[in-house]
Amino acid sequence: MRRASLLFASFSAFALAMPAAAQADPHARHGASAPMAPAREGGASGCTPEHAAMGHCTMDNDVEHHGAHGDTEMQADPGEHMDDGAHAAMPANGACTPEHAAMGHCTPREAITEGHGEAAVGTDLPPGDAPAPPPPSDWYADRIYPASEMEHSRHQMMKENGAQTFGFINLDFEYQARKGHDGLSWEGEAWYGNDIDRLTIKSEGESEIGEGLEEGEVQLLYSRAIGPYFNAQAGVRQDFGGGPDRSYATLAIEGLAPYWFEVEGALFLSDKGDVLARVEGEYDQRITQRLVLQPAIEANFSLQDMPANGIGSGLSDVELGLRLRYAIVPEFAPYIGVEWSRKFGDTARFARLAGESVESTSFVVGVRAWF
Amino acid sequence: MQIDRRRFVSGALGGGAAAAMAAWFPAWAQPVSAGLAATLPTVSGNDIRLRIARQTMRIDGKLSRAIGINGTIPGPLVRLREGQQARLTVINDLDEDSSIHWHGLILPFQMDGVPGVSFPGIKPRSTFVYEFPVVQSGTYWYHSHSGLQEQLGHYGPIVIDPAGADPIAHDREHVIVLSDHSRLAPEEIFRKMKVNPGHFNRQRQTLSGLLAGKDQPLKERVEWGRMRMDPTDVADVNGSTYTFLVNGYGPHDNWTALFAPGERVRLRIVNASAMSIFNVRIPGLRMTVVQADGLNVVPVEIDEFQIGVAETYDVIVTPVEERAYSFVAEANDRSGMARATLTPRVGMIAPVPALRARPLATMKDMGMGAMSGGDAGCTPEHAAMGHCTVADASEPDHAAMGHGGHGGMDHSMRDFDVAPQVKRDPSVQSISPMPVDRMGEPGQGLEDVGHEVLTYHHLVALDRNPDVRAPDRSLDIHLTGNMERFMWSFDGVKMSDHHEPIPFIEGERVRVNLINDSMMSHPIHLHGHFFELVTGKGDHAPRKHTVIVQPGGIATFDFTADALGDWAFHCHLLYHMHAGMMRVVSVRPREDAA
Repeated sequence: MRRASLLFASFSAFALAMPAAAQADPHARHGASAPMAPAREGGASGCTPEHAAMGHCTMDNDVEHHGAHGDTEMQADPGEHMDDGAHAAMPANGACTPEHAAMGHCTPREAITEGHGEAAVGTDLPPGDAPAPPPPSDWYADRIYPASEMEHSRHQMMKENGAQTFGFINLDFEYQARKGHDGLSWEGEAWYGNDIDRLTIKSEGESEIGEGLEEGEVQLLYSRAIGPYFNAQAGVRQDFGGGPDRSYATLAIEGLAPYWFEVEGALFLSDKGDVLARVEGEYDQRITQRLVLQPAIEANFSLQDMPANGIGSGLSDVELGLRLRYAIVPEFAPYIGVEWSRKFGDTARFARLAGESVESTSFVVGVRAWF
Repeated sequence: MQIDRRRFVSGALGGGAAAAMAAWFPAWAQPVSAGLAATLPTVSGNDIRLRIARQTMRIDGKLSRAIGINGTIPGPLVRLREGQQARLTVINDLDEDSSIHWHGLILPFQMDGVPGVSFPGIKPRSTFVYEFPVVQSGTYWYHSHSGLQEQLGHYGPIVIDPAGADPIAHDREHVIVLSDHSRLAPEEIFRKMKVNPGHFNRQRQTLSGLLAGKDQPLKERVEWGRMRMDPTDVADVNGSTYTFLVNGYGPHDNWTALFAPGERVRLRIVNASAMSIFNVRIPGLRMTVVQADGLNVVPVEIDEFQIGVAETYDVIVTPVEERAYSFVAEANDRSGMARATLTPRVGMIAPVPALRARPLATMKDMGMGAMSGGDAGCTPEHAAMGHCTVADASEPDHAAMGHGGHGGMDHSMRDFDVAPQVKRDPSVQSISPMPVDRMGEPGQGLEDVGHEVLTYHHLVALDRNPDVRAPDRSLDIHLTGNMERFMWSFDGVKMSDHHEPIPFIEGERVRVNLINDSMMSHPIHLHGHFFELVTGKGDHAPRKHTVIVQPGGIATFDFTADALGDWAFHCHLLYHMHAGMMRVVSVRPREDAA
């Protein structure tokens, strides 16, 4: 397809390059016809009161109606108005007779399209292929203003047009009602940086009411834009809560996939040599401008059994969520939803051994807020 | 504040009539225009003083923070005469650097007012004197070129009266400055777009819309979703935060301009917005465009026109009835409108039309112009040779070309082979695979409004172009961006990334092709020069300082690099420039380039 588009481009270039014979004539006509249109349609435009008073044209009904109201301005000395250049309203008029033109009321079309019939002129000409000059190595304003002041303001101007830094904080906080102990959970992200490079902090976790913190993690990442939609991230993760607190090195990629899916994949290498992986995806289905239904999925994997943490090798657990949020303002949206989670394989076995359930369904109520 | 302003305005009018009348109207309906005289405070003469300072302004009854000039927003009308020597003393009473750029004025580059390019800027609590000969006439404007001050009200109109007789006859004139104002701080507007793509868009496609049969059908939504393109993304900042203003007044304030029936009324319309491209119309009145960007054009009568940020149009209207007319400037995404009233008597109003349905971007807006039909440049001969597709042929052709199922969407939307000069950068979301010249089109959402809408093809310069040589060379510049990161650039390079100017030799004539690789319109402004649009008008090409490049389209101009010095060149959407869509252009003597 690329070849076809190049082909098309070269043909258009060719079309541009055949100037006189093929193009000049239609263009000449085109050029003159647009401005003629209003005059042909009669009406108030081409025919100024002064013009009408001189008998050069007929004004439309509205104008006559107005004339009947007896405005004296219409009878003003036409000569004076001519001096004001009142004739300019119809300069390229095809109806411009030589007599008219001689009186300076209009410009005959030939005058405007002079030289247009035979050979192309001005913007109708094709461009040459002169080389571009080399870019200059100094700044012109430095010749007039103190170079140090210019240097300072130039630096400021560069920074002001594309090099800003920003900060962003997003927090989802929700209450989870389910069989057994209800829970509280959070997921948050904050970043600071420019378009390409950012320092990112992510945190998520949950606690059971009355049982304290169940599990939680914080990641500190350097994030870099690697394409229009995706960021690559690298850094560290620290777990806390249930089981031994592990530290990990993290590699991740996150961004916007085709069909508007927000996706994220991460690899974690623990200080004990354990390897974990996580994939997440979510989609915002706008029901109205403010009401958004968001299905989300998260799956965790492990390369090995980590009994102390209750994690088995292979697919360890899956969470499916469906949340309906209402954006009171874009920055603040309460939501309700349901979340189903299940542990698999050895992870499920570890859970059963510990007397925990392997599957749970929660109804959730929460808020999303960002700043 | 309002009292001050009212007093100031009526004082400037020099008449007690307006002040006396004003007492009869509630605040929200306060008409301040006496209509018969200049409606903005005017400064003129050989020694003009302009003072930039923070202030508040009241819009539709609500108080808001702003930056004004001489205490007003917009700033006073600077009225000059062609041939005079202008001397403008600018006092910066802000706590930050400021500047004034004289938009569209031909002057020595060191007076152009762009900090870091043409001068060092004006330090807080200090003064700068601009001095330059006035070599042109027409409607122009001025604004800050520092930070985001322009968004806060730091702008005003310029009218330059011709040295001789004005070829545009009129009985009365009104200056109409269109702008946009938000109660959010401009830095916050910018940040929100950076951290939350499409933050201000409240007109997206929804499931309820789909079920109601509105907008794109499901199949198209899925296709667009695949490309991560939002067809409702027409204006980045819009009516969800903006109030659209006429001469500093909101739609409910209803700024009012007077006429006497039968008069030829000249409206000098300036779009001084930060981000808003407007579609302007006066229901019930046709408008005759007589000037574009300050230079006279062959009069052309139309019903509506699109005005890009920083463009100016002078139109003549001749209302003959003893009735009021609504002047409406609708934001191009139809999220709101600026409104004023033209009336023979203060207090008379006309119905205000409802906002029209918002436009949806098409495949052509994605730069698949040659594939999507409706190609204005596609003549039957051309089509017969297989070079393009005429407007009415669409699906069958696609099928024949092997695009059957996807209707042309098989094109890669980010194929750098199409534009080798564009840097492979996260700031480039897409590259138009088959862009076409769109200067003959009226603008997004105006293709089908049932009346005549101006296009650049309607414009013909009244005077022969001063330089009618063929261009020595041509230059492509790609307008690139990424909505998901709110990054904007030229050729994939932000201003902040690139210190090297685009070089020109003094006197050389260059054809510049602006190729829009994004799905948004960009009003592109070249400082210090007028350029001639290449629209088949030969030596009467319309000359402009700002040109809208429509989404996924091409706009082409020729210009003579005749103004020595370094000049700014940028998208005039303020936050696009702020995000990096700017470059320095340098015009050097030929011997320097050798």
